[in-house]
Amino acid sequence: MSEKILEIENLTVSFDGFKAINNLNFSMNAGELRVVIGPNGAGKTTFMDVITGKTKPTTGQVTFKGKNLRPYSEHQIARMGIGRKFQTPRVYQKLTPRENLELSCAASKNVFASFLGRPAAGERRTIAGLLETIGLVPKADILAELLSHGEKQRLEIGMLVAQSPDLLLVDEPVAGLTDEETENVGNLLLALAESHSIMVIEHDMEFVRQIARQVTVLHQGTVLCEGTMDEIQNDPKVIEVYLGTEETEHVE
Amino acid sequence: MTAVETKSQVQSDLTPRKRKSLLPEIMTVVALALLLIFLVPALLNAMGQGSRVNQLGRFVALAIAALGIDLIWGYTGMLSLGHGIFFALGGYALAMHLQLQLPAGQIPDFFNLYGVTELPLFWQPFYSLPFTVGAIFIIPMVVAAVLGYLVFRNRIRGVYFSILTQAALIVFFNFFNGQQKLINGTNGLKTDTAQFFGALVSDPRNQTVFFVLSVVFLALGYAFCRWLTSGRLGRLLVAIRDDEPRVRFSGYDPTWYKVFVFAVSAGLAGIAGALYTVQSGIITPKAMDIAFSIEMVIWVAVGGRATLVGAALGALIVNFAKTLLSEQYPEFWLFFQGALFLLVVTVLPGGFLGLLSAENLLWLRSRLGFAPKLSTYPSLEEDLEVQHERKNPRN
Repeated sequence: MSEKILEIENLTVSFDGFKAINNLNFSMNAGELRVVIGPNGAGKTTFMDVITGKTKPTTGQVTFKGKNLRPYSEHQIARMGIGRKFQTPRVYQKLTPRENLELSCAASKNVFASFLGRPAAGERRTIAGLLETIGLVPKADILAELLSHGEKQRLEIGMLVAQSPDLLLVDEPVAGLTDEETENVGNLLLALAESHSIMVIEHDMEFVRQIARQVTVLHQGTVLCEGTMDEIQNDPKVIEVYLGTEETEHVE
Repeated sequence: MTAVETKSQVQSDLTPRKRKSLLPEIMTVVALALLLIFLVPALLNAMGQGSRVNQLGRFVALAIAALGIDLIWGYTGMLSLGHGIFFALGGYALAMHLQLQLPAGQIPDFFNLYGVTELPLFWQPFYSLPFTVGAIFIIPMVVAAVLGYLVFRNRIRGVYFSILTQAALIVFFNFFNGQQKLINGTNGLKTDTAQFFGALVSDPRNQTVFFVLSVVFLALGYAFCRWLTSGRLGRLLVAIRDDEPRVRFSGYDPTWYKVFVFAVSAGLAGIAGALYTVQSGIITPKAMDIAFSIEMVIWVAVGGRATLVGAALGALIVNFAKTLLSEQYPEFWLFFQGALFLLVVTVLPGGFLGLLSAENLLWLRSRLGFAPKLSTYPSLEEDLEVQHERKNPRN
């Protein structure tokens, strides 16, 4: 597949003169699983903010399925088919996992549909299936605030899938998880990648190795290089700015 | 038991539990309403406290407004300090209709004081009772929707929203207070002496009708809010309260939801205002006092936020406390109200209804000598090892 689902051209985002993203060019094919890595402050989260409409580009443009995203606000972009998972899990704490999924899954998201509508049988089945996939069936009807961190991470990924987006943006899905949980999330993402385009931002190199096919390295708000994991690991520029510093982090 | 069996069992355990609670609740509400309508007035009259019936009716009307506050504050997290606007709009709408119960060609007396000889144009539609009945809740809803849209569209939230509503309240107060030629300014509109269905508004028979109407509307208002908050919309309101930006990324536009619920809440305040006005005999711009709008918030805080029942109870409790205390010690009420608010905020963040939380009930059970009941994750309950340990405590 060579059809581009996401294209970013000459993107610059500056906050009071500080360029969080600096003349960045990026593109992703439909159906691709892409991992974006980069040291702290490389602009990874700002990058996601721009794609999802939270931050508007200073210059340049973001095109999703051939549409320029600039005039759209967050909820419109979400409805167009971009789903986002946040760095720290942001689930609705005072609702149960089932209700969390129901909200994300609802086919029609305007006031009157929510006012009068009940979840359709198909929706309920989707949700039951999703609860199974993310392993939260026994806890489907307790408040989400009672879930562990790892369960919240999985729930949020579930919410993302419930939205049935075409492009999933996943920000550090394994931060704070145990090794076993990390592997579970990795497998979950790999399974999802069969039917979605996914962009993952991650710090955990072990995890990146597990899932990555194509990796993009961000540094100081711009793309440093792109390639397979092996190419990236042997790229001297990358070793200098990122992998090199990782070793010193280990020493600490 | 295989894993699949366990799962389906847990599910079938959980789904009916949600539905079951509906019928007893409806019956409780109906029973309470019948009690309020038939038993309580008779009892009060028998005790020689006939005047309390009128007070109760007024406070029941205020409880309707408290439901609306709970809807936007308790569930959606928007603290409005300007609900006096909607309360007064409802009250004025009905009062204007009552003022117009005159022989043809006459206009209400007060106009003569200011040399007005012709009825202002906007009074005309209030001749019609159906229009007035609609206006009581539709005018507040429209005002709230317009105000809300402008505020929410610009993503104004939290304290800034509260300040804005208070500012709007002051604007409305000054307008109503200053416009003598239009609506009798600071003197307000009297309803006591007006005719309503062949008798004075203050006639006991009419007053009984208003009392019953207040109770009925409180029950209907409660049922409506309960229905609203128990469906998907209610869950979305909670989601907006807890994490509004996140809601946007789920594909919802919170603006319209907030406009909708703010308007509903204003409509309830309008109905409350109308029922309160006919039972107290007058509506003046004082209904748009800053203090009164804050009091509405206090009722809800005292009763318990996001419970609906708590909001209605809080309105009744605080207002009766206010009446009883100000009868005995007129100068102490304000101190008491302040103390009550402080107490609720510092000691009882869940209000009086918060006292009935699961934790407190468990504590009470153990105090009364019942075995403590543990609630844990469902998966834990099915763990054989856990069951074994429970049966054979080590010590």
